[in-house]
Amino acid sequence: MVIAILALSALAGASGLLLGFAAIRFKVEGNPMAEQIDAILPQTQCGQCGYVGCRSYAEAIAAGEAEIDLCPPGGANSVVALADLLGRDPPPRNAADGVEQPKMVAVIDEQRCIGCTLCIQACPVDAILGAAKHMHTVIARECTGCELCVAPCPVDCIQMTPVAETIMTWKWAYPGAAVRVAA
Amino acid sequence: MSRLFPFHGGVKTVRHKTESNQQPIAPGVLPGRLVVPLHQHVGASAKPMVQAGDRVLKGQRIGQAEGYISAAIHAPTSGVVTAVDLQPVPHPSGLSDLCVTIEADGEDRWLDREPVDYRRLHPSDLRNLVRHAGVVGLGGAVFPSAVKMNLSGHCERLEQLILNGAECEPWMTCDDVIMRERAAEIVAGIHILAHLLEPREVLVGIEDDKPEAIAAMTAACAGTDYQVRPVPTCYPSGGAKQLTKLLTGKEAPPKGRSTDIGVQCFNVATAYTIHRAINFGEPVISRVVTVTGHVNRPQNIDALLGTSFADLISQCGGYRDGVERLIMGGPMMGFALHSDAVPVTKATNCILVGGAEQLTPEQPVMPCIRCGACVDACPANLLPQQLYWFARAKEFDKARDHHVFGCIECGCCSYVCPSHIPLVQYYRYAKNEIWAREKEREKAELARQRHQARQERLEREKQEREAKLRQKAPPRAVAETGAEPTGREG
Repeated sequence: MVIAILALSALAGASGLLLGFAAIRFKVEGNPMAEQIDAILPQTQCGQCGYVGCRSYAEAIAAGEAEIDLCPPGGANSVVALADLLGRDPPPRNAADGVEQPKMVAVIDEQRCIGCTLCIQACPVDAILGAAKHMHTVIARECTGCELCVAPCPVDCIQMTPVAETIMTWKWAYPGAAVRVAA
Repeated sequence: MSRLFPFHGGVKTVRHKTESNQQPIAPGVLPGRLVVPLHQHVGASAKPMVQAGDRVLKGQRIGQAEGYISAAIHAPTSGVVTAVDLQPVPHPSGLSDLCVTIEADGEDRWLDREPVDYRRLHPSDLRNLVRHAGVVGLGGAVFPSAVKMNLSGHCERLEQLILNGAECEPWMTCDDVIMRERAAEIVAGIHILAHLLEPREVLVGIEDDKPEAIAAMTAACAGTDYQVRPVPTCYPSGGAKQLTKLLTGKEAPPKGRSTDIGVQCFNVATAYTIHRAINFGEPVISRVVTVTGHVNRPQNIDALLGTSFADLISQCGGYRDGVERLIMGGPMMGFALHSDAVPVTKATNCILVGGAEQLTPEQPVMPCIRCGACVDACPANLLPQQLYWFARAKEFDKARDHHVFGCIECGCCSYVCPSHIPLVQYYRYAKNEIWAREKEREKAELARQRHQARQERLEREKQEREAKLRQKAPPRAVAETGAEPTGREG
């Protein structure tokens, strides 16, 4: 009886120490689930989901506070990937979803720009270059196409233009009707 | 006779070689206008070195190699540059790319050529010469040859140097005729490659449906220890991996290179251009192009790069009636063009004009009956049927796990499919999508970092402002004004 109590207490104590050590030694910083979700999101930082940037939306999904289909730039691909990751069913696409938009990039009409810096402050990824009362320009390579700079411009000199397809970005289409060649 | 090691799969195709290989190589007619694309190779596009209005000489460099995997571009004739702009290029998309347009002056005057003695050059200087001469693999893959001539870090010693003269694609005969007519020059090019790479043995693989080429190469190799090895006619024996397996029995691991198993493979026409580049100082400004199919006089033409397809076809007597489609490359791996107003590039090995006898009528695509014919035909030892399901369902991760990138797009699976499923198109689609998504992911990661950096900067600036305010205002004033300083920050 006494031996049994002692043995179990010793076992409990040892396990407790081990668990306590593991909790400190292998502590995971941050929220790993939010990070995995963040990796799937397109990082446009556009705020169309209603959260400030992709990271906070990822945290909201991880906390179970947000649906997974709030991200228009991510489109159907990101919804499916998120559903896979979280083990949820992809929500049915509603009619309001519409067609997926082509990739866009902001272009500043430099003749009309008055150098007010409002767009620079709005850009979530610092992709606009310029200074007060000097012409601004968009670094096209860094622009995520989030459109956040369009509304603040007091002279409406920012246009969203679709990214032109080049030989380097061209892709083979999903196979349709094919022609076979005799050899 | 050494033994051969047959590769898995492959198909027997109708050859259609005699249409174009009965005449000697015809010199290309000098066109009035040449459009030279700056991206004729795998890797980074060449950087233009001329602008509109510049006079150029034949062989003058007009595009500089940018980055390690790249190749230079040269003026194919003397004349005046009229434009450096976007022009249609031979590409399945039909899109335009940056090209240098040269108005020929008719003099065809060469730049001063400087032949060098390769035996006295440092290997790295020799590689640089090849790179600046714009030499790329002329079999159709157009990979910069200078990169393949650098073994450092890949293998200690090259076991076999393989010269690829198999030319397994139906209709195509440009390598055949070049081996018949320029065997000695090809061997001179092999000397340079062998000098640099120091292989244990040199093997020249030629399909046995080209007896004249085999005889010419055997004669040219007499007195050397290079071995000419006829291989059975079976498509795609001209694939680098398939020819390596066939001649040596060795196979590179799925993600490895051929140098990992001590093998390097060059096309015979590439060896010829290396010879011209080193022993004559002539950069790559022309190539032999097979023009065949539904044209009046099918033949091989040594065409200047930048000559339009339409010019070559009129040199061959023009189109016959009933042309349906124009294909660059062979019927198995080539692609249809949108127009004949595109220039010859280093990748243009064949122009196949398709009429009723070259194209079979469009067959309706039927469901897969799981017969497994594609598995038997696949020379890359893949599971084409499985890959088809994954690509069709857009399950790209699974397609990648099943080695879709091991696919050489030879088209054997589509060729044998009794349901006429365009299998290769599915694999191309899957590869493209995987690459595109990878690029998108990289871009997203960059945007994430920039966003994070911005958030951190804003936070830091806010704290700095607060600290400054606190410093300026005496402690009592802060107490009196209460939360005002932080309130203003919002």
